[in-house]
Amino acid sequence: MKKIIKYVFIDILRNKIVLAYTILLLLLSLSIFNLEDNSAKGLLSLLNIVLIIVPLVSILFASIYVYNSAEFLELLVSQPLKRNSIWLSIFIGLACSLTLAFFVGVGIPVLLYELSATGITMLLVGVLLTVIFVAIAMLATVNTRDKAKGIGVAVLLWLYFSILFDGLVLFLLFQFADYPLEKAMIGISALNPIDLSRILVLLKMDVSALMGYTGAVFKDFFGTTVGLVIAILVLLFWSIIPVWFSVRKFNRKDL
Amino acid sequence: MIIANNINKQFGKLKALNNVSVTCNRGECIGLIGPNGCGKTTLIKSILGMVVCNSGFITFNGKNILHQWQYRSAIGYMPQTGRYPESMTIGQVLEMMKDIRQKKDTHLDEELVNKFELKGLLDKRMRTLSGGTMQKVSAALAFLFNPDVLILDEPTAGLDPVSAEILKEKIIAEKAKGKLILITSHILSELDELVTQVIYMQDGQLIFHKSIDDLRADTGQEKLSKAIASVMLNNR
Repeated sequence: MKKIIKYVFIDILRNKIVLAYTILLLLLSLSIFNLEDNSAKGLLSLLNIVLIIVPLVSILFASIYVYNSAEFLELLVSQPLKRNSIWLSIFIGLACSLTLAFFVGVGIPVLLYELSATGITMLLVGVLLTVIFVAIAMLATVNTRDKAKGIGVAVLLWLYFSILFDGLVLFLLFQFADYPLEKAMIGISALNPIDLSRILVLLKMDVSALMGYTGAVFKDFFGTTVGLVIAILVLLFWSIIPVWFSVRKFNRKDL
Repeated sequence: MIIANNINKQFGKLKALNNVSVTCNRGECIGLIGPNGCGKTTLIKSILGMVVCNSGFITFNGKNILHQWQYRSAIGYMPQTGRYPESMTIGQVLEMMKDIRQKKDTHLDEELVNKFELKGLLDKRMRTLSGGTMQKVSAALAFLFNPDVLILDEPTAGLDPVSAEILKEKIIAEKAKGKLILITSHILSELDELVTQVIYMQDGQLIFHKSIDDLRADTGQEKLSKAIASVMLNNR
């Protein structure tokens, strides 16, 4: 298994897209921190960018990479190798290299300019989002044979998680405005890893005071250690479950 | 050595394999023959575990191959059209396969690598290769690890006459060592000198599995191509 991870990792690092992604993140974070005199405010701007770009690049790059390694997969499957380990190696290789890119691009500037609990939380959340969206991409690609369709599904999933989901939640909130939904919102936020990540980081910042009563309920729950641990566990589930389903599917797939 | 028992495989509405049962033993050289789309490649891929059968099972040396992977270290597979990571060079592909498959006690058989003069092309990227060179790489890889079983899917398609001859000689040499060899081909004249048994398939069904001598006796034809032609005509 280690050998396959090595080949996947080397192959991805040779890819110029990952390098471009790293430099893009690095430029964005450095310019934001240098534009804002208050680095805590800079972190907030950076958070919004990270929550859009990291999932998008992770899901798109991972799905395109899996489709482009169709030949590689076919070659490996006819060799004395476990299917589980082939598929997991691709996942680990992708997740590690994109995490590395994120860490260099965002991690180093954050550690330099804003080494605080908020900064660390944002890094943690960024790494988890990278892994989660690589996992979702693996699940989307194993289920669709056609490359164009698979990449389309990946884009739609990203759109759903970053935009459509919020719209649905707002719709729900307005429809049921007469009911106390603050507690239920905690549960609903667990359904979207991007929202959950945003809440986790925002609660570490002072701006959470502006979030009204729902913010207070969130603070009450996620502010405690138990809440924090649950939130992290939920994010971990989001990364493990898609991979688990995709491995099961890949084991029965015809190549 | 390889026993397939009533295997069925369906791709959507198409029945690619319909209750196929085959027994292949050590020392045999089996020609897998049939019209296009009759399920030859699907049968080969199910033996390799690349296609998962809907029902039935395949055993390799007495063990069911479902969800197994170790048995593949005894198989050298040459696909119909080799597909390799495009950005890798021939050298890197060879190194990677050695890295993945080589154990301490396996003796590398680099005869084909040398005879096909692949050593001079090691820096060429896979995407720049011609179809024939790709076939040479596939053939060299199939024989490289000295496997007990060789599965060759249209081995000489796309090879120039000289290379095809080298490959045939290599197949005959391996056959003499008592290995099991499965070959599909549409060029029946070249199977004449190789195979000891013939499996004939049509529309996903196995029509017959006979030794070549029986086939000759049954049809009264000396040449395999004529014998198969008479079988195909009788089947219509």
